[in-house]
Amino acid sequence: MTALDKIEVKEGVDQDTVDAVTALSGNYKYGWETEIEMDYAPKGVNPDIVRLISSKNEEPEWMTEWRLQAFTRWEKMNEPTWAMVSYPPIDFQDIYYYARPKSMAVKPKSLDDVDPKLLATYAKLGIPLKEQAILAGVEGAEDMPAEGRKVAVDAVFDSVSVGTTFQAELKKAGVIFCSISEAIRDHPELVKKYLGSVVPQSDNYYATLNSAVFSDGSFVYIPPGVRCPMELSTYFRINAENTGQFERTLIIADKGSYVSYLEGCTAPKRDVAQLHAAVVEIIIEEDAEVKYSTVQNWYPGDENGKGGIYNFVTKRADCRGDRAKVMWTQVETGSAVTWKYPSCILRGDDSQGEFYSIAIANNMQQADTGTKMVHLGKNTKSRIVSKGISAGKAQNTYRGLVSMHPKAKNSRNYTQCDSLLIGDQCGAHTVPYIEVKNNSSRVEHEATTSKVDDDQLFYCRSRGMDEEEAVALVVNGFCKEVLQALPMEFAMEAQALVAISLEGSVG
Amino acid sequence: MLEINNLHAELETDADVTILKGLTLSIKPGEVHAIMGPNGSGKSTLSYVLSGKDGYSVTAGSAMLEGVDLLEMEPEERAAAGLFLAFQYPVEIPGVGNMTFLRTAVNAQRKARGEEELSAGDFLKEVRAKAKDLQIDADMLKRPVNVGFSGGEKKRNEILQMAMLEPKMCILDETDSGLDVDAMKLVADGVNALRSENRSFLVITHYQRLLDHIKPDFVHILADGKIIKSGGPELALEVENNGYADILAGAA
Repeated sequence: MTALDKIEVKEGVDQDTVDAVTALSGNYKYGWETEIEMDYAPKGVNPDIVRLISSKNEEPEWMTEWRLQAFTRWEKMNEPTWAMVSYPPIDFQDIYYYARPKSMAVKPKSLDDVDPKLLATYAKLGIPLKEQAILAGVEGAEDMPAEGRKVAVDAVFDSVSVGTTFQAELKKAGVIFCSISEAIRDHPELVKKYLGSVVPQSDNYYATLNSAVFSDGSFVYIPPGVRCPMELSTYFRINAENTGQFERTLIIADKGSYVSYLEGCTAPKRDVAQLHAAVVEIIIEEDAEVKYSTVQNWYPGDENGKGGIYNFVTKRADCRGDRAKVMWTQVETGSAVTWKYPSCILRGDDSQGEFYSIAIANNMQQADTGTKMVHLGKNTKSRIVSKGISAGKAQNTYRGLVSMHPKAKNSRNYTQCDSLLIGDQCGAHTVPYIEVKNNSSRVEHEATTSKVDDDQLFYCRSRGMDEEEAVALVVNGFCKEVLQALPMEFAMEAQALVAISLEGSVG
Repeated sequence: MLEINNLHAELETDADVTILKGLTLSIKPGEVHAIMGPNGSGKSTLSYVLSGKDGYSVTAGSAMLEGVDLLEMEPEERAAAGLFLAFQYPVEIPGVGNMTFLRTAVNAQRKARGEEELSAGDFLKEVRAKAKDLQIDADMLKRPVNVGFSGGEKKRNEILQMAMLEPKMCILDETDSGLDVDAMKLVADGVNALRSENRSFLVITHYQRLLDHIKPDFVHILADGKIIKSGGPELALEVENNGYADILAGAA
């Protein structure tokens, strides 16, 4: 089996099929651009830019100081080089750190006042900013039960949030869902208490940079005992050229509360790589539960590795209270380079962390992703299921840490990492780190690597499926465990993504 | 139905190993032919070459299904043209529900033939009825394809696929291997129910016992890549009683 760059058309294959496959193969669906007038901060990063971003967001003095402190730290730090990825050096002074549509200079009072061009952008992405029952453009969503259909959306465009839906209805339940810039202005006591408490300013190079220059992102607060009445989601869109996106998300689930949060991301096709360095912090108090799902579909670059997003992200959840629970689910199909380890700190006794991941890398993509499970409390449990799929010349690394501290008595971890190679020129790597500092905990690790089995493909084809259909079926089966953990609407989108990324990748 | 003429095939990886050395066979519509032969005679290779598995190259001869050249087609095109192979060792496909697999296969073939896809409701009705005949329960339809199936379940599942795909030319590759008497009876009943004047069978087997249940019209003995003797059902009994040695000696 060899990788094919193009789909060869055999005689007798009908034109509709050829057109459909050609349209999907190597053709990034979200690569178009919105033409809109933008205000930029001058290129580069320095204390003045940090102050400028802070003033654009109309932030209080303490926030500006916090950012400047982070910037001072960042200047003394070095870029990490331990990940199994390679890319040309990033010129941090050749990036725009702030880009805002001109029409957003005055924050719209309601969704009706938002620039139609921006509304059209999200509509085209299948995420219309209307308070409608379901996410349109998601096939099969109409089959869902009546309750639980609503999804509130915060839409972030380059450096600013353009609007958040269902805010009034959420407010009735006591839930705060808004952009982080609004939260800094309207709920400073919460932001002050929690920001940087899970991912400290000095955590790592990109997190520190983010702390200095983050522009927008989402803020969620679920009060004690409240089950959030709808799914929350943030849709990140990078549109402007040579611009980095530095989003910051802060989610607080107070005692006994529950929320399911989804995140999606896309960007136009550009020849020059763009930086996305986000920080997500989640605080989970006693008996609370948070599900955080990501469908990451940033522009992956072309088949020769030109352009694409560098996705350097720090995501961490802190189970502070006893019996707190967190579940990370991610489907990673985009980005030229991914460096991302959504982690769980299991501080409360009997707290639980779960991580489900599918990373699909095609062409020249590189993904170094995994998780950290830090067991601090007694009887804590964690589970890791990671599936890496590589095609073309892509490299996919799972990197995971499981750490059982002395006080984490009777704790358990189960890790299962599978890698699937499609073709002969791609790679899969598994790098597990395990530290156990007590004698009553148990850590189990399983890892397998398999090529899409020729016998399985032949079996499918002998029953009448063509090769692409057969690969999609086998790979979907492989991914099923992870997809099952995704909220319904994203599961369907993700299944389609899985099929798209692999079209034309075998021959 | 199936016309095989002077078929020569060798392993792609090792051209020195010729497995089929001039095999000729003609199967008319509605006929059931059995091929018997000792280990290494080329029985499984024949089924793989006909269904289009990678790893073999045909160096001479032809195989036509209803006048169409099989050897020029991709495996899925052969399937859509009406060829079906019941595997000796059906593979497992984790995470893919048996029902999903069946429906994908049925609709892929329909699409390839320019027919309308079967609706979910019609498909379900049909698969339930056919599964019942083969004593395949709802649980087995839901489970991933062949994962954790017993030997008998795997073979029954092959016959269910055959029943759903309604092929014209069915090849059964050692379908009796790994089956106890009851399971064999069940599988044979399934096959017999599908016999019709428009459908032909090529039953590849080591032993006569399957042929007690699936009665062939013709029996062929394959040895060293060629058919060395053909006859009626009595030939299978001869093998059962005397082994292959006499026939091989007679042919030599």
